[in-house]
Amino acid sequence: MNKNLRWKVLLCVSVLILFGVVGVYPIVASMFHVPAPQAIMNKQLKLGLDLKGGVHLVLRVKTDTALRVETELEMQRVAEAARNAGISVGATTVTTEKQFRIEGVPSAQDGAFRQALASTSVDTNFDRAPGANGAYTFTMKPNVERSLREESVVQAQQTIERRVNELGVAEPSIARQGQNGDNIRVELPGLDDVNRAKNIIGSPGLLELKLVEQGPFPTQEAALQAYNNNLPPDLAIVPGTSDPANAGAAPGSTIYYVLRRIAPITGRDLRSARQSLDQNNQPAVSFTLSNDGARRFGTLTEQNIGRSLAIVLDNKVFSAPRIDGRITDNGQIFGSFTTQEAQDLALVLRSGALPAEMDYLREETIGPTLGADAIKSGVIASVVGLVLIVVFMLIYYKLSGVNAVVALLFNLIILIGLMAYIGAVMTLPGIAGFVLTMGIGVDSNVLIFERIKEELEAGRPVRASVNAGFSRVFLTLLDTHISAVIGALFLFQFGTGPIRGFAMTLFIGLASNLFTSTFVSKTMFELALGKRQQVTALSI
Amino acid sequence: MHLFHKTNIDFLRWRWHAIILSWVVILAGIGIIATKGMKLGIEFAGGTAIVAEFDQTPSIDAVRQALNRNYPGGGEDAIVQNYGDPAQHRVMVRVPQVGGERGEDLSKVAKTVEDALRKGGLPPFMVANTEIVGPAVGEELTQKGLWAFFLSLAGILAYIAFRFQFSFAVGAVVATVHDILVTLAFLAFFGYDMTLNVIAAILTVTGYSTNDTIVIFDRVRENMRSHRRDSLYDVINIALNQTLGRTVITAGTALLSAIALFLFGGEVLHGFAFAMIVGIVTGTYSSIFVAAAIVTFWRRKQLRTSAAPAAVPSSAPSTSGTAQSKRSKQRKARAS
Repeated sequence: MNKNLRWKVLLCVSVLILFGVVGVYPIVASMFHVPAPQAIMNKQLKLGLDLKGGVHLVLRVKTDTALRVETELEMQRVAEAARNAGISVGATTVTTEKQFRIEGVPSAQDGAFRQALASTSVDTNFDRAPGANGAYTFTMKPNVERSLREESVVQAQQTIERRVNELGVAEPSIARQGQNGDNIRVELPGLDDVNRAKNIIGSPGLLELKLVEQGPFPTQEAALQAYNNNLPPDLAIVPGTSDPANAGAAPGSTIYYVLRRIAPITGRDLRSARQSLDQNNQPAVSFTLSNDGARRFGTLTEQNIGRSLAIVLDNKVFSAPRIDGRITDNGQIFGSFTTQEAQDLALVLRSGALPAEMDYLREETIGPTLGADAIKSGVIASVVGLVLIVVFMLIYYKLSGVNAVVALLFNLIILIGLMAYIGAVMTLPGIAGFVLTMGIGVDSNVLIFERIKEELEAGRPVRASVNAGFSRVFLTLLDTHISAVIGALFLFQFGTGPIRGFAMTLFIGLASNLFTSTFVSKTMFELALGKRQQVTALSI
Repeated sequence: MHLFHKTNIDFLRWRWHAIILSWVVILAGIGIIATKGMKLGIEFAGGTAIVAEFDQTPSIDAVRQALNRNYPGGGEDAIVQNYGDPAQHRVMVRVPQVGGERGEDLSKVAKTVEDALRKGGLPPFMVANTEIVGPAVGEELTQKGLWAFFLSLAGILAYIAFRFQFSFAVGAVVATVHDILVTLAFLAFFGYDMTLNVIAAILTVTGYSTNDTIVIFDRVRENMRSHRRDSLYDVINIALNQTLGRTVITAGTALLSAIALFLFGGEVLHGFAFAMIVGIVTGTYSSIFVAAAIVTFWRRKQLRTSAAPAAVPSSAPSTSGTAQSKRSKQRKARAS
């Protein structure tokens, strides 16, 4: 064996061992319960949701709602600044999610109004345009809008990640997608209660503690009438559910509270939340506040003994207990929860509020039986395909067929190993890609072998024919593989989960095929022909 | 062993027949799609699909009747079909509606369908799979799918134009578009849904078909050098004959794997495997009869004369890509 050939063989064998250990060994080990080092098992080829079963959700972050919240806040700050400066303005309205309007600034106080604005951040975030009769329109600056939208998606994704992690699902996948980048794809393998998952992921989780001004009232109109149909701007009517403690309303009916708009304590002040029991041994959620929150809560409760404090979750009053004394750092949320609901609510509160509302665009639940069936049929199809191709190659190309089959198996081992190594996910279409890689992969061998045959027929000696076969076809192979890679790349770009798995398999399969069909196969030919001085026949 | 030994078939003689045959199939396909419409899979059309796993398989009619009686608006728009292995007693019900997009609402329709089946006097069942796709998803997918399609075609065109000559690139792309249209025609004719998987299969067919075409073109390019005195017509015919064995064997092995997928790959891959089978057959056909024919139409003037003026001195295995592209530029200048 000459030195050059020895190196080639060594390279082939080490590639084989490397990918065999990474890719094939863990699969065999887990199938036959053979012990294997944890480091190797961790790198095992992962199964996609369509094979494992689980829940797949696509949500859209309604970034508009995040903008609206910001616009509303800004408007309140401006109105407050005007009030503090002793300027009485007319109607303040949020016209669109990024625009608000303040009317009736008295012309005599226009200068003072502008000065009051300077004390707020409105001019850095909004463009101001004066209108008729002392009206001003404030429009959010485009760059502020952009970064707010971006931020809200990022925050939503982070919040969902926290919630999913607390759910305790193994190997969840949460990723942004979509043309505007405002879609979030959530994959929860092994979970089959889609409604619970949706409740936990999509519930806004905005907790606010607000002072009750008046109420509860049985209807919204009654609440309005208490203010002669002219509700002060710093108050809001918030619905809640009546419980037996509320006199005058049937338990379970909707009642209305008049609350102060500004919440002194919100979910951001929470240190922790957990499921607990209330005094009637019903499930409830207990929370404790951070140091800063506890200090403010202490002052608030101290100054308002005798009044009611509403616990508002997602703009709905859960309870409005009377403040009997100074409370510092903890509280409880009652409602008619089941234990599970209370646990989930505690989870949502712990992970923080979502910055914007969410829409569900898509949901899919794949039962575990369906996934198991998919694996079974995928494996059967692969094995049948492989056997058919092997039999054909052996019959048609005889001993050279063995060469092709070895190259093919080599290709599969590299493919599985590489996919496991880069953490690619095996999906059902991925298995299809696998089968096709075998079918189309032997094309390279066919191309080379047919060329060798031609050269032999032209009367060339065996060794020269083999060399010519490989070298003449190499450029063709390069061309076909590159154009196929172009196709696979666009497929990957376009695809979602399973299709990406397919494109990935195709892509890796193409790369390893080029290696095995030219390098490995050639090395084997050289090995077979190498020892003899004069070769007169080739089994092809 | 030889499948084809030293054949000398005049493939180009049949190019007109081939083109007529292709047009007939494609127009028939367009006719079917125009009259019946292309059935869209749930990921494009949106809607709600549930797969119910029964204790015993009920008849499709019984399921439909259960929907007619208990599903609001009846089961007229519903698609009801057996799903997968008959031994599993699975039935898929798909309706075009989805619930609202807020919170739990999205799955409301799924619940309604499930309730309708439960009340319908059918054998007991469990829901093995639920898929709900809102309308916004389909629009975006369709857009992305079309982009992927056109970009990959453009990419392949550019690559072949760079490696070969422009007329070859036109031939390869026409052949590829041909294969896609024929595959679509067959999918429509056999009533397969247009799903993401089928799109993936079609894009794979694109790659396969160009593969085939490139192998033949490579040989044409090589022959232009070695058969300088022959006309383009003969050069192409010789190349087609020389590569015939390889073309057919490759199609055979690819078909073997696609058929294995079709027979054993399960319900989800059915449409995928079908598209692959059709694509491989038409891809092979088009590489032989369409791609080269387009080159001859493009270069009518040289068809019967010697191919020498356009001869490519390159394609020797040792030449590098860049050197070759330089030469191909010179060549183009000469040819025009």
